[in-house]
Amino acid sequence: MNSISHPKTSLDELKAIAKQVRRDIIETTAAAASGHPGGSLSATDILTVLYFSVMRHDPKNSKWPDRDRLILSKGHASPLLYSVLARSGYFDPKLLPTFRRIGSILQGHPDRRKVPGVEASTGSLGQGLSIGIGHALARRLDQKDYYTYVVMSDGETNEGQVWEAAAMAAHHKVDYLIALLDYNKFQLDDATKTICNMEPVADKWRAFNWHVQEIDGHDLNQILKALETAKKVKGQPTIIIAHTIKGKGVSFMENNNHFHGVAPTPEEAQKALKELA
Amino acid sequence: MEKKLGKATRDAYGQALVEIGKKNPQVVVLDADLSKSTKTADFGKAFPDRFFNVGIQEANLVGVASGLAASGKIPFISSFACFLICKGFDQLRMGVSFSELNVRVVASHGGISVGEDGASQMSIEDIALTTTLPHFAVMIPADEVSTRALVEQSVSYPGPIFMRTGRPKAPLIYDPNQKFEIGKAIRIREGRQVSLIATGLLVFEALQAAEELAQQGISASVIDVHTIKPLDAKLLVEEAQKTGHIVVCEEHQIWGGLGSAVSRVLAERHAACPMEFIAIQDTYAESGQPDELFEKYGLTSKHIVRAANKVLGQM
Repeated sequence: MNSISHPKTSLDELKAIAKQVRRDIIETTAAAASGHPGGSLSATDILTVLYFSVMRHDPKNSKWPDRDRLILSKGHASPLLYSVLARSGYFDPKLLPTFRRIGSILQGHPDRRKVPGVEASTGSLGQGLSIGIGHALARRLDQKDYYTYVVMSDGETNEGQVWEAAAMAAHHKVDYLIALLDYNKFQLDDATKTICNMEPVADKWRAFNWHVQEIDGHDLNQILKALETAKKVKGQPTIIIAHTIKGKGVSFMENNNHFHGVAPTPEEAQKALKELA
Repeated sequence: MEKKLGKATRDAYGQALVEIGKKNPQVVVLDADLSKSTKTADFGKAFPDRFFNVGIQEANLVGVASGLAASGKIPFISSFACFLICKGFDQLRMGVSFSELNVRVVASHGGISVGEDGASQMSIEDIALTTTLPHFAVMIPADEVSTRALVEQSVSYPGPIFMRTGRPKAPLIYDPNQKFEIGKAIRIREGRQVSLIATGLLVFEALQAAEELAQQGISASVIDVHTIKPLDAKLLVEEAQKTGHIVVCEEHQIWGGLGSAVSRVLAERHAACPMEFIAIQDTYAESGQPDELFEKYGLTSKHIVRAANKVLGQM
């Protein structure tokens, strides 16, 4: 039925993990009374599949030279990254409630110096794809076979640097580089089509000579299959445009851009956690 | 001091890169379509697999270098200083400084000695911008000998680096056996009454000024501050206490340059003394020949001599 490359984690297990991760996102942002839950929930299924089914990584050895790399270019989705790293075993999930508190390793945006498993310090949008190209070029020079995944937001592609990177990666035939676009159709101020419409998105990436796939970013099977296809692409960078729903998994947060950069209140969090039980 | 022109510091950088490329296979070089001018092209010819010309895109250039460094490479990245620092600044901030990754930024066409190409190509803000980035070491070598030595040392330096190189041929200052250490200034000439503290091409101007001052009966020391950060506070305090008069000389905007750094370091060590500043006076330069520009914008030995007299209260 499906073709999981690391068949240890079943679809049901992945679904359960994704639900746990969504609960973590609600709890950490509610506890911090700040953070970005909407864009964390939209990319949850993508990161769950990557960390728990596809990526070759060792949470006990975060600097393993042969590991697959994941760069969360949309650094504001840090609650999501911290949850999948903690649930993978990079650090104790008991630290999650320290998110955004003084002295915590779990900074508002990811800091590679502080958190095992964080590959790049992000939070200034548009930079992750370039950093991913650097890792992929190092792979080529070292003749290794690790993959570099870069998770970007749709609003982030307003940034010119993304398109510098897109052109350069294709020209240099950078492979083992898999970008994933969390296309949740919103950015901070409003809908992406209202602020700076990037459509036709897929055509743009094709025009930049990228291999392009479009999927439902909440369908675990589609995510798995697209990643498997992407991994076979050689001599070319590849992008998976994942159509997602901002706030996915919590009825009153879905497509509600209020929750871009506002945490749920304690009451809203209780309601959300009931839905995610 | 007799003026004997050596190579441009950018040419010395290009040669040194090839040498370190031979010794260290982790060294990679990136350029943004200016490799013939920054002189990284020779490395590209010698090691095509380890050379990446990314095109005219400085922001991406820095980001790619950040990723290469995070995966164990030693990236040297080059373009014109004004473009690389200004257009790649947030990437230097996030992906290099904040990330604590050891990228080596060696950027050419520093200062107004760029000449005919004019103000848009001249970097007069690079010391201010790069010294403000935490962890960065910042250097301006004065001649080909110091450039080669400092580039060689930069391979193993435990932090990110910015080094400015220049376009014109640079007067030779050092003999080939001179020792250099990142962060240690060099007292080229001993003096008793005034200290000329200089960096880059102004080191030669300061040496010439010291000779002219000697003819006036004034004893001037000359210090080459090839490393602006970390700054050699010990030597600067010694000079301030010995001569009690300082002229800082740099091919940089007066705000945020070497003069600002020396002033703070002396003040915080309670060693402040009367000072004068040879620098670009809060303006942009223009097209012209380098010597004409140095004359018009106040960066020649003649201007240094005048400043030394002024600081000594003799004018």
